[in-house]
Amino acid sequence: MTFINYASREINCKIVYYGPGLGGKTTNLQYVYDKTAPNAKGKMISLATETDRTLFFDFLPLELGSVRGFKTRFHLYTVPGQVFYDASRKLILKGVDGIIFVADSQSERMDANIESVSNLEQNLKLQGYDLMKIPYALQLNKRDLPNVLSVEDMKKELVRKGEPVLEAVASTGIGVFDTLKAVAKQVLIELKKG
Amino acid sequence: MTTPDMIMYEDEYQRIKTIIARLRTESNAKLVFLVDKNGQQIAAHGELENFDATSLASLTAGNVAATDGLAKLIGEKEFSILFHEGERDNIHISIVAQRVILVVIFDSRSSLGLVRLRVKKASFELTEVFEKIVKKISSEKEAGTLDDSPFAEITDEDIDSLFSE
Repeated sequence: MTFINYASREINCKIVYYGPGLGGKTTNLQYVYDKTAPNAKGKMISLATETDRTLFFDFLPLELGSVRGFKTRFHLYTVPGQVFYDASRKLILKGVDGIIFVADSQSERMDANIESVSNLEQNLKLQGYDLMKIPYALQLNKRDLPNVLSVEDMKKELVRKGEPVLEAVASTGIGVFDTLKAVAKQVLIELKKG
Repeated sequence: MTTPDMIMYEDEYQRIKTIIARLRTESNAKLVFLVDKNGQQIAAHGELENFDATSLASLTAGNVAATDGLAKLIGEKEFSILFHEGERDNIHISIVAQRVILVVIFDSRSSLGLVRLRVKKASFELTEVFEKIVKKISSEKEAGTLDDSPFAEITDEDIDSLFSE
């Protein structure tokens, strides 16, 4: 749900990073935070457990600049990936404008990826959204690890609708901004459609 | 889904600002702000320089969403008021018109009783404003004028330029 404020001339959009536990959602956000100029970002908030696992969400507000005189702000959220936090995941999807699915490329995590994509589809439906219609990108993360599946194999299992697929190594930043751009663009194009 | 659910117009925005400014004065609060349920800040008034309003907005929405989830689990429709008491500062959170969150931060110069009383009055007025906005959006939708938004003319270049650096 984009929030357009004509009075203060601002557009606010919400983008959610989704995916299985330990897949690199928080790492994506952390990299965006580290590489963004201080005047374009707010504080990054992580509601995490003592062992640094996401408990509720991470949050990062980003200011991208102006479009047609409107300040464009993106609010980036991650969900907790661990299966038993499903109730929290549902809450974070409320009002979402675009989704980035962060898949773990390691072969032993493929089942977790598949389970998480269908969990995303279900939870979106519960909030009245349709994955087929919402701005969406698929990130294949951890491409630098030795035990990764081929891009083709992963696409076969995970691609839902011809969404942009981006390879990434979030820990070093490869593909992080490209993925964000891929979704942010779709969100703005949705706005254009009105 | 392609049509934004929330649009804020100049007139209503000014009205909202007046209401929360008055609420702040009448309740002796440090800060009053309005957030939508998704964590986007709508308006704020008070000692903004002492608070990170964006983070406050997102955490408040998360807090309300989690509490809402708890309410549903025990068979309640919602908990319409949340109150957090600190050593110095307190936070009073209430739901207005079922869709926006009104937050009041206050210290010992005020009291919970006073805040509740003033919030009640302000909520009533804010509800009227939000009902007006909803009507306005739906009548614009019907008339088809909503499409005249400035974003209808966004070009691919505009979008690219956002990501230029």
